[in-house]
Amino acid sequence: MSGFVRIFEHIKTLAARVLVTSAALLCAVPAAQAGAPERVVSMNLCTDQLAMMLAAEGQLLSVSRIALDPHVSPMAEAARDYHINSGQAEEIYLMQPDLVLAGDYTPQTTLDMLRGLGIRVEVFGITSSLDGVTTQLAKMGRALHRTSRAKAMIADFEARRAALAADRGKRPSALLYYANGHTSGEGSLAHDILELAGFRNAAQEAGYHFGRKMPLEVLALTDPDLVITSTPYPGGSRAEAVMAHPAVKALKEGRTSTAVTDHDWVCGTPRVLDAAARLAEVRREMTGAQP
Amino acid sequence: MSRVLAPLALLALLLFAGSLLIGPAGLGLAESLRGLMQGGDSPVTLVMREIRLPRALLAVMIGASLGLAGAAMQGYLRNPLAEPGLIGVSGSAALGAVIAIQTGLSASFALGLPLAALAGALLAVLLVMALAGPRGTSLTLILAGIAVSALAAALTSLVLNLSPNPFAASEIVFWMMGSLEDRSMTHVWLALPFMIVGMALLATLGRGLDALTLGEDAAQAMGIHVSRLRLLLVLGTSCVVGAGTAVAGAIGFVGLVVPHILRPLVGAHPSRLLWASALGGAVMVLAADIAARVILPDRDLKLGVLTALVGAPLFLHLILKLRKERF
Amino acid sequence: MTALPDSALSVSQLSVTLQGKTVLRDVAFDIAPGEFVGLVGANGAGKTTLMRALLGLLPHEGESSLAALPQAARAAQAAWMPQMREIAWPIEVRSVVMLGRTPHLGGLQKPSAEDRRHVEAALERMELTEMRHRPATQLSGGEQARVLIARALAQDTPLLLADEPIAGLDPAHQIATMQTFAGLARQGKSLLVSLHDLGLAARHCTRLILMSEGTVVADGAPEDVLTPERLAQVFSITAFCQRTGEGLVYQPLDVIR
Repeated sequence: MSGFVRIFEHIKTLAARVLVTSAALLCAVPAAQAGAPERVVSMNLCTDQLAMMLAAEGQLLSVSRIALDPHVSPMAEAARDYHINSGQAEEIYLMQPDLVLAGDYTPQTTLDMLRGLGIRVEVFGITSSLDGVTTQLAKMGRALHRTSRAKAMIADFEARRAALAADRGKRPSALLYYANGHTSGEGSLAHDILELAGFRNAAQEAGYHFGRKMPLEVLALTDPDLVITSTPYPGGSRAEAVMAHPAVKALKEGRTSTAVTDHDWVCGTPRVLDAAARLAEVRREMTGAQP
Repeated sequence: MSRVLAPLALLALLLFAGSLLIGPAGLGLAESLRGLMQGGDSPVTLVMREIRLPRALLAVMIGASLGLAGAAMQGYLRNPLAEPGLIGVSGSAALGAVIAIQTGLSASFALGLPLAALAGALLAVLLVMALAGPRGTSLTLILAGIAVSALAAALTSLVLNLSPNPFAASEIVFWMMGSLEDRSMTHVWLALPFMIVGMALLATLGRGLDALTLGEDAAQAMGIHVSRLRLLLVLGTSCVVGAGTAVAGAIGFVGLVVPHILRPLVGAHPSRLLWASALGGAVMVLAADIAARVILPDRDLKLGVLTALVGAPLFLHLILKLRKERF
Repeated sequence: MTALPDSALSVSQLSVTLQGKTVLRDVAFDIAPGEFVGLVGANGAGKTTLMRALLGLLPHEGESSLAALPQAARAAQAAWMPQMREIAWPIEVRSVVMLGRTPHLGGLQKPSAEDRRHVEAALERMELTEMRHRPATQLSGGEQARVLIARALAQDTPLLLADEPIAGLDPAHQIATMQTFAGLARQGKSLLVSLHDLGLAARHCTRLILMSEGTVVADGAPEDVLTPERLAQVFSITAFCQRTGEGLVYQPLDVIR
């Protein structure tokens, strides 16, 4: 009997060993699959930046061509260290990525094709508020398996944001006026930046809520304390010509300060706080407040 | 004659006033007029003088240009289908303007924009005239026009697509359809000299165009210098269409619709049609621009959309009519 | 000046080469005031080319007293009715005829009473007074031809050139038009008119110029020009010809095969 028991025990141990080993083996395979992606390709200006900020050394393979354009990309210098893609399925597939990062505006057909080829695709939405920045950071952290770095960055972001929000004083009115006469009201990242910098958004007060077109004459009658236009692109366009219209110029003249939006305003990254800080500086100049 | 001109002038005046008084800012009548007349630097004055006035002025200038150019070209080619937009003159002017903007010519030299548009228009007029000829049938004229228009549109797209400016590529619609949205007095001053010169040239053509009713030989034997007339026509048309397109894009069908409607009212005389069409063109563009603002106040509805909605059916009607007569 | 003081038109050694082909060779003639010259010849003989060349509408060699004039003076000297009857727009008849007064108007000048008188006279001559306010394009082909003749008459020039003006007119209007031309010649004007109706040409013209293959083959009184030999040679036809109490009767008969 004892011999039998011994044999049984032996078998049990053996089985347990086998079980453990196979469990370890079984676990090892999914661990490799769900582990940190090693060949990441980003196809969108904003995912480019988030990925460059969060990715581990060698993890990010390629960023989009537009990331090289200093006009919209605050990390244009850094982008030079990566392969550049132009957003075509074919070239991206040939890079053999294990994760593709795309934006809302990436053509659906391209994404479908990449998914069809068995590549994992993560789509990041448009950031329309400062809260959205933390969401994006967290999401990118998860996608790249860099959650701790993301957490640190979020903490830093929130601290700087709180510091800026604490700087309260007189709140002059400001209005964002972009190409084609578009403005930004509540529900946009630019609106949040404006408010964080201590301005009232004149577009909001005039009833222009989202990124909406504001007729030039409404702008003239709104008569804000500060008109913030965007930096024009090279090459010229009729869409941007409106920012140089005599009526807009007249609104900018006679004002002590001017401001333009730049690449820091484009994407929902911690960089937006740099934009808000600079704008707050303009506000202090305007109101004569001390920091 | 003044039976036609006086009512047209009155209508143009009313629409001009309407154009000044209608806008998204919703200013009152008294307030608007005060802002316009008194000056100063109040926001209302800014709206009236820098936004609405140039818009209304450009509508008059461009409408008159297109009407006049249409009437003159039809008179010379003896063909009611000749129109700057349809035969590619406006499109080529737009190409010239786009090239001037994208190469930086317009930025480095103020007159670069209208001059480049003028050159584009000139090239197209010469090309269409060479292809269709003064004795060409409607068919050859329209075919030549289609070829020139298509080429101009394609090259305009190409230039805009090659632009480093991301907004430029989406502006093909503006250049092909035209709009007076957010134009300024700068644009008025840019276009005005060329339009004055062009209109002055075209205005001298009346008698020659009348004589051309009987054909080139007969006109020449009546003392008309046909080759000089052709030169003045080409230059005049290029000036007015070039300048108009440079600041407001290509607005089609005005030069077709207006002379067609007014022709019976002036006894079909090409000379009398010239000034009547100038006034009629102003009326049509003013009306279209007001309609664009009333129908879709929030969007930049293109003028060419409205003129085409009126013009294209009329164009088809004219083709049917000509087919019955000639084929 | 090659033109003699008493000649309305003087042409010498006039040649035209179109696309390397000589279509008119060494044509020479003078037309005196009071002459009604019929220009006859088969299709393609060069009648239209001759008239356009001597008007200065075609590049040419040789001399034409008319082509030598500046354009304004030319328009005061000669009226021209092309073969192509073009009326591009539905202008009323009276206005089309008024176009004939173009060379007499300066700058922005409006038509004077005299201009109107000439127009009314031309309308009456061509029996158009009734339809003076109708759009010319709505008229029949023959009526349009009469409008265009009236237009040329209204130009009131010493010399009138017309290319087949009576083609397509009904017999009564053909005869009336020829009589009008003959009447103008009697008033001292000169006319050079190309014609295909040899009967009307023989009866009304004071002189005929017969052309063949770009040259003048005969020039003189109708009876002398339209000899049986020349008819056979130039037109390949036979004709009956006799001077009667009613004037010269001339009737083409058969084609010579």
